[in-house]
Amino acid sequence: MAVLLALVVAVMLVGGGIFTLLAAVGVVRLPDVYTRMHAASKAGTVGSGLMLIAAGLHAFDFAILARAFAGFVFFILTAPVAAHLVAKAAHHAGYRLSRHATCDEMRDHTKK
Amino acid sequence: MTADPLAQTIVLAACAIALFLMCVAFFLTVWRVVNGPTLPDRIVALDMLVAIAIGFLAVIAIKTGFNLYIDIAISLGLVGFLATVALARFVLTQGMPQDDRDPLAAAPGRHGRPPETRRGRPQRRRGRAR
Repeated sequence: MAVLLALVVAVMLVGGGIFTLLAAVGVVRLPDVYTRMHAASKAGTVGSGLMLIAAGLHAFDFAILARAFAGFVFFILTAPVAAHLVAKAAHHAGYRLSRHATCDEMRDHTKK
Repeated sequence: MTADPLAQTIVLAACAIALFLMCVAFFLTVWRVVNGPTLPDRIVALDMLVAIAIGFLAVIAIKTGFNLYIDIAISLGLVGFLATVALARFVLTQGMPQDDRDPLAAAPGRHGRPPETRRGRPQRRRGRAR
């Protein structure tokens, strides 16, 4: 039982680390700010949330698991809001898409 | 937790692997913060740094057994969200400075042009004015 729980915790820890590393690689490698925030907000949130739930499972206490899960839900709620605000502010301020972008549907909303 | 030596070994090895992966992620993100060409890049990378710090706190909560670190991680997430929102409002009110241009970005006028002027043009591709 303890070994099974330790295996689950280990898989979640390593999976969270891999998600976080992939998010960081995306932040470094992608061409403009909008694609970078796409990598950072999705994969980064899942990575840190997996690690939080692993910590809650490892404690083997329902109150701590509930708090860890509440933290994960909180990150899932706030990360898209933050990314949307940064994207909208950057687009409104005039930061352009990369030259590989084929379509900018908010093109007419840039300078009003 | 019971003191099962095999379970403890598995969890400690996973903690070491996760710490190594997140160290690499941390330094990659710091490179983007230092080197990011524009201000929104740095804001996004700082948001990512907050997420990495939350992951570090979770791993340290597992390693040391102090479950109070989970509450610290929740409050750090709240503070990081507020900081990102405040910096986004700053970008919105400040606008883009003239020297804060992404070198990989499209040339000005390509995305900012209304679609009517593009429709009347001949289809011949002009050389990109750099």
